[in-house]
Amino acid sequence: MKVKLDPTRPIYIQIMEEIKKRAVRGQYKSGEKLPSVRELARETEVNPNTIARVYMELERDGFIFTRRGQGSFVTEDTTRVAEERIRLADDAAERFLREIGGLNLNADVRKKIIDRIGIELSDNAENENI
Amino acid sequence: MLVQVNDIRKKYPGIWALNGVSFGVEKGKVLGVLGENGAGKSTLFRILASITRPTNGTATVMGKPVGYETRKVTAFLPEVNPFYGWMRVMEQLEFLAEFYPGWDMDKSRELMSFLSIEDNVKIGTLSKGQQAKLKIVFAFSWPAELVLMDEPLGGIDPPARNRIINTLFGEFRFGEQTIIMSTHMVSEVEELLEDVIYMKKGKIVLSGSADKLREEKGTSLVGIFEEIAG
Repeated sequence: MKVKLDPTRPIYIQIMEEIKKRAVRGQYKSGEKLPSVRELARETEVNPNTIARVYMELERDGFIFTRRGQGSFVTEDTTRVAEERIRLADDAAERFLREIGGLNLNADVRKKIIDRIGIELSDNAENENI
Repeated sequence: MLVQVNDIRKKYPGIWALNGVSFGVEKGKVLGVLGENGAGKSTLFRILASITRPTNGTATVMGKPVGYETRKVTAFLPEVNPFYGWMRVMEQLEFLAEFYPGWDMDKSRELMSFLSIEDNVKIGTLSKGQQAKLKIVFAFSWPAELVLMDEPLGGIDPPARNRIINTLFGEFRFGEQTIIMSTHMVSEVEELLEDVIYMKKGKIVLSGSADKLREEKGTSLVGIFEEIAG
């Protein structure tokens, strides 16, 4: 799957976010090995130097760690991944609120949307298996 | 600096193709030289590949002035087909293997099979996409220090493009090899580049890290290109 990148924002930040999202969604599990720099470069069509920088920054953040000669792994600290989940959810909520805030909604429509969000989020929670 | 260019000027009858160009490229970088047709990109590449000499100024690769010595560490992929049309693909590669140190014929075969190029056809009969792929085979069949790619993706259909990029990033020895590629179609290389140089009328008008420029200008490399061209 080709990652959709926004060329107006720094690419390395978007790749960092993508790796965090994959870990949060469970595609990369805690303590599991990440693709090599080269593999991820081929998958995303981003140059390997930028991917190497992403791994360096994620390691500095403590989100991944490197075993010499074996590659990079997602942190074994599951609370770290859980924190990231909350941060990503916060960011998404922020984007939503900014968008909806600019629409001058009346109380009626606002209530409808709040209800709908409540219902859909609790549906999601029932399906969650993390 | 793997490449160092100091105040290069190049005069052709009636026009300065390059008018005072200076920059350095650190070993291991992936640099894009961006500019419209006629900005001086190809002239710059031809000087770095020691195909032509500058009127003024100097260029070095690994500390040596460009020339016979530096040609042996530089894979130059010009925009036009650099191969002999009457040769068969394998004959051409065997011919090149004589000149370039460390050529690995097994690697050539592996790349040709991945890129689906037949080894027994005449180069003159290859499509534009096939010729572009063959240039990539040439670039990565031996351990070149510097790979110069002039318009490597120009006029190539998407499947061929994907194969070429896959090979490029699969084979590129990051940290060791240095790549400089030029294009006037910035959208084709937007995500491939680490550093960029924008050229206009024989001069550098802007340069820096691609991600830093995105951050500073709040737009894409294409957006910056359009602003500069505008």
